[in-house]
Parts: sequence; structure tokens; C-alpha cells
Amino acid sequence: MKKIIATQSNLSVMLIFIAVVLSAPLWLTPIGANYPDLLQKFAIFGIFAIGFNILFGLTGYLSFGHAVFLGIGSYAAVWSFKLLTMNVVPAIIFGIVLSGLFAAVIGFISLRRSGIYFSILTLAFAQMSYNLAYSVLTPITNGETGLQLRIHDPRVLDAAAAEQSGIPSTTLFGLSMSGYSGFYFCAVVLILAFYVSLKIFRSPFGLKLQAIKSNQTRMKYTGFNTRPYLLTAFIISGMYAGLAGALMAVTDPLAGAERMQWTASGEVVLMTILGGAGTLIGPLLGVGIIKYFENIFSALNEDALHTIFNFLPEFLENFLVLITHPFVGEGWHLTLGALFMIIVIFLPGGVMEGINRVSNFVKGKYFSDDSGPDSKAESRLQPGDAGGE
Amino acid sequence: MDQIQKPKADYSLAMQGESEMENNSVLEITDVNKNFGGLRALADVNLSIEEGKIHAIIGPNGAGKSTLLNVCIGRLAPDTGSVTFGGKNMVGLQPHEINHAGMVRVFQTPEIFPDLTLLQNVMIPALAKRDGMFCFNAFKDMRDQKDIQDEADHALEDVGLIKFRNNMAATISRGDKRRLELAMGLIQHPKLLLLDEPTAGMARHDTNRTIELLQKIKERGMTKVIIEHDMHVVFSLADHISVLAQGEIIVSGAPDEIRGNPIVKEAYLGGEEL
Ligand SMILES: Nc1ncnc2c1ncn2[C@@H]1O[C@H](COP(=O)(O)OP(=O)(O)OP(=O)(O)O)[C@@H](O)[C@H]1O
Ligand SMILES: [Mg+2]
Repeated sequence: MKKIIATQSNLSVMLIFIAVVLSAPLWLTPIGANYPDLLQKFAIFGIFAIGFNILFGLTGYLSFGHAVFLGIGSYAAVWSFKLLTMNVVPAIIFGIVLSGLFAAVIGFISLRRSGIYFSILTLAFAQMSYNLAYSVLTPITNGETGLQLRIHDPRVLDAAAAEQSGIPSTTLFGLSMSGYSGFYFCAVVLILAFYVSLKIFRSPFGLKLQAIKSNQTRMKYTGFNTRPYLLTAFIISGMYAGLAGALMAVTDPLAGAERMQWTASGEVVLMTILGGAGTLIGPLLGVGIIKYFENIFSALNEDALHTIFNFLPEFLENFLVLITHPFVGEGWHLTLGALFMIIVIFLPGGVMEGINRVSNFVKGKYFSDDSGPDSKAESRLQPGDAGGE
Repeated sequence: MDQIQKPKADYSLAMQGESEMENNSVLEITDVNKNFGGLRALADVNLSIEEGKIHAIIGPNGAGKSTLLNVCIGRLAPDTGSVTFGGKNMVGLQPHEINHAGMVRVFQTPEIFPDLTLLQNVMIPALAKRDGMFCFNAFKDMRDQKDIQDEADHALEDVGLIKFRNNMAATISRGDKRRLELAMGLIQHPKLLLLDEPTAGMARHDTNRTIELLQKIKERGMTKVIIEHDMHVVFSLADHISVLAQGEIIVSGAPDEIRGNPIVKEAYLGGEEL
């Protein structure tokens, strides 16, 4: 019942996922979210949230400084563009490796504590990095201006093509990473990232992480050294964030310290909780909702509302515009905040819990004969299910 | 009454064992002291647990029984004294190291994984046994681990919980949680299993099933230390009984000696007829 995805084979999950992601430009058209810039954002933040969910969703350790790895990934990628080549492959590899190394250090120290103290430690590291990027690290980060490409950057591997005028664009072995090709590149990376996360969720390693979340003390007395498990999860999720940061630089070769600010760390927490922490798909739904609000809802103005409610009689149209007006445009934060509160209060398991409840309800109604004696236990929110949802 | 007959047979066996093998102890607790502030929870405790036997520790509430187990498995460090298991010093080792040395504990308040299914609860200790303290097997699929699954199913079968296999551990009754934890301990085939009141909170007929189960695994030669308030359980199972009161071992001996001992009656049994 609960197992919308949990019972499917890896292959069928992946086939559905691939179809949905690659056809996103089509099915997002009716809601006006089909332009490459926004699609790329969906994919990149999707990767960020999937990685964050491997730490928070599986182990329950809430990092409040994950944006630091986003920043590190971006800086590493831009330096790769400046020094080596405009090819995105080395940039992404550097972004992942460097953020993994930082995650090892930050994780090693922060994981000495758990609960709120762990969150505070990660937050402290992120804020420290953010401030350092603005001050002493200016030679590397270019301070407030942000790290940018220049015509005269060495790009040692691109020597042959160096005679061009203007700043070259990022490429994948010659294919320019702008517009839809940029989106499809990010989409393929998202699909790979999702596959790795699916494997981890369904592995013995993933099960052990969930057991740590459920009862860490018991894990220790069961014979597991929990610290290396947590550190590994932390490093993996840091590498995901580094990958996302590098992709941000791929689509727009510029890296600024604000990417590491605590608001960015907080955003991925919101996305994950909104969609459903510990589920496979939830974080992606959270990303979709928040990025949609940020980009589409915020652009709606009074005129647009009049167009939307045009089909209604005039007095009703005016009335609805009056009511909805404070919630769109500049007021999109209000809508998002209210939505977040409603979901956290009524659906602590996020949007995924809502979806599961609805699907259980529908199935219970039409296929009531297959609900066995333990259906009640199964319909509970199950963040610990090895398959996720 | 039949529960008086059984221990007699066990007792004679125990005597034979004792006379044959002098130095056959797996766990040696020597001069252990533990204070909580001004409270003397353990006072010069000496205990030797013999291989293959069931050793019961009884005593009134607050006597220090659970504290003694905490010292054994590394949850608490003793103030003084030593704990030697299989010839190795256990004091100062991490809990997971003590587990892999072969000493496993079932807690007084069930320590399970409430957010996992019963099957997963039992597979975790089986994985610990197979994978060791750390193993990064992130690219294997749990559904392909047939051997672990079969083992876990057997363990659930043993304790009679197989029908709840796919339920969340949080949803089962307290008595079932204790049996689940027992299965989690048994699946690791420890050299020494420490049981802290394994039948507390169980209905009579579940208690009897647990006794049967414990007797069955006794035949497999697993050494056990069992803390119990239920005298029926103690006298049906134990080869050797130690009585703890106010942190001190006041008497230690075979079940018959304990049953007749006036000090024990005074300190613990409260004159209850056995
Ligand atoms: N961590 C602790 N800190 C302070 N005092 C403790 C601690 N653990 C146990 N005690 C005290 O030590 C004494 C012995 O406790 P213990 O839990 O070992 O008793 P017990 O024999 O297991 O009793 P019960 O039969 O109720 O389980 C009690 O007075 C208890 O309050
Ligand atoms: Mg106790």
C-alpha cells in the first residue's frame, strides 16, 4: 500500500524517472515553467536536495551549513574554467572532489556532537567560510565581486582555441552548455545522481543509516561503529552539494560567496522537509514547489491575475484578484510560508505523506479486500522504509 | 510442582561441571565498585560466569543489577575493579568492540529500532555479525541479501513474531518488543548473552514460551546471564544464582542452596514460600 515505489524494481523506477525528467520541458509548459534557466535550476537544486536527503533523511543529522559545499563546488569549477579548460567535465570532477575533502574535515569535527549541537557546528563552519570568502580568501574568491572568467585566463588545455575574441562559453567536448543543451546535461547528471541515491537507499549501508536515525545507541551495542557511517553519509552529501555547485558554474560561470550564506543552507532544509525527508522523491517535489514559487509566483502581478480570472463574471473576477493579490508577486514569501506551515503541521512527512495518504485512501476504497490485518501499520508514515517512496 | 523438579536435574549437572572444569569461566568480574554521587551502586562485586551455563542474578529493585550489566558492556566505566571477558580486559573498550568480542546484552527497557520493520530490526544485528564494525556496502541491494533475510526470518520464527514480520517495530506490544530484542540478541550467536529481565511485562503464556526458547538455546551451548524477578523463570532456568542487595553479592550458589537460604529470604524473597 505505502509502497508506491518501494516495491518497484530499480529498472522500472529509473525508466519512469528518466521519462519524467527528460519530458519536463513538455509537461511544465502549461504552468509556464518550461524555459531552460528554470529547468536547470530544478535539476541543480534537485541534486543538492537529493544529496542533502542522504544525510538528513537517512541518518536524521540536520546540517545547517550545507551551502558551503555548494560554494566550494562553484569556486572549484570556475577555477577549472579559468586555468584548465572550458570543458565542464574536469570542472565537475574538481567540484566534487574538493567539496568531498572539505566535507571530510567539517564532518569529522561536527560529528563529534549530535542533535542541535551538530546543526550549530555545521552552521558555524558555513558562516566562517562565507566570511572568509569575503575577506582573507579574496585572492581565491575575488571577494564581493565574485569569481569571474576573463579573456586572458590561461586555460592551458584550450590553447588552440584561445585566439577567439570574447569570453568563451562552457562546453561538453565542444557542445555549448547554454539553453536546452545546458538543461539536458543537468538532467542527465540529475538522473545519475538519483540512481546513486536509489542504490544507497536500498543497500545494507542505507539500512544501517536508517537504523542509526531510529536508535543510535542500539546500533552501538549491536556492534556498529556509528561515527564512520555518519561521516561517510556526510561526505557523500557534501559531494552532491559540490556537484550541484559546479553545475551552477557550468550554466553561469560565476561564483560568489553569497552561495554559501546560511539562507542557502536553510533553503535546502526547507525543500527537503516540505517534500518529505527520508523519501526518494520528496526532496525533488520540495525543490519543484519552492523554485516554482520563487520564479513564477513572484512574477505574477495584478494584470496577470485579471487574465487568469478573466473567464469569471466581472465582480467575481475583481473580488478574487483582490483576495489573491497579496499572495503573489512580492508577496510570494507569504504564500510559501503559509504553505510550509500547513504542511509541517498537518503532514509532518511532507508532500509525500499527503500523496501516500491519498493513494492509500483511494486503494482502500476500491481494493478494500487486499488490505490485510497489518494495513494499519503499513499506512503509517514510514521514513525508515528501505525503499523510500 | 514441576518448576521445583526441573532445577534439581540442572543442579546436579552444574555440580558435575564445576568439579570437572575449574577454570572454565568466560566472564570474570573482579572487585568492581561503582558509585553514583553518594550512592554505592556496586560494592566489591566479584562474579565468575561459567561457560555454557545460565547464571541468574536476582535482587530487590535498585540493588544494582542493571548497573552491573552496564559495567560489563561498556555503558558505564567501573570506579575500580576489572571486567575480563574471554581472557581480555573489557574496561575502556567501546560498546561495539565489546559486542564483537562476543558479549551481547538485551536491555531492560526494550532498545529496538522503532521506525524499522521487525524483519529489518533483526537483519541489522545479522549484518553487524557479517559486515563487522564498518562496511561501506552502498551498492549492494538489500533485497539480494537472501542469506541475511532467511536468518532473520528464522530468528523471528524462534520468538514467535514471524506474523508481524513487515510491521513497524513501534506498533507491537511491549512484551513483543522484548521478544524482538531477544531475537536481535540471539541472531548474533554471542558467546555470552546478558538478559535484563527478559520476561518482565509479558503475559504468563508468553513467559512460558520464552523459558522454553531459552532452554532450547541452552542446549546449543550459549552462556547466559539472566536478571529476573520472576522466581518461576529463575528456578526453571538457572544453573547458578547470585543474590545482589544494595550493591553487594550476599549469596551465590546452586538454586537449591538459594531457595533454602534464610539470608536470601530475609533480603529479597520476603519470606515468600518457594
Ligand atoms: N546512571 C545513573 N545515575 C545515577 N544513579 C543511578 C544510575 N543508574 C542507576 N542508578 C542508581 O543505582 C541504583 C541501582 O540501580 P540499578 O538500575 O542497577 O538497579 P536494578 O537492580 O537493576 O533495579 P531494577 O530491578 O529496578 O531494575 C539505583 O538506586 C539507581 O537509582
Ligand atoms: Mg534493572
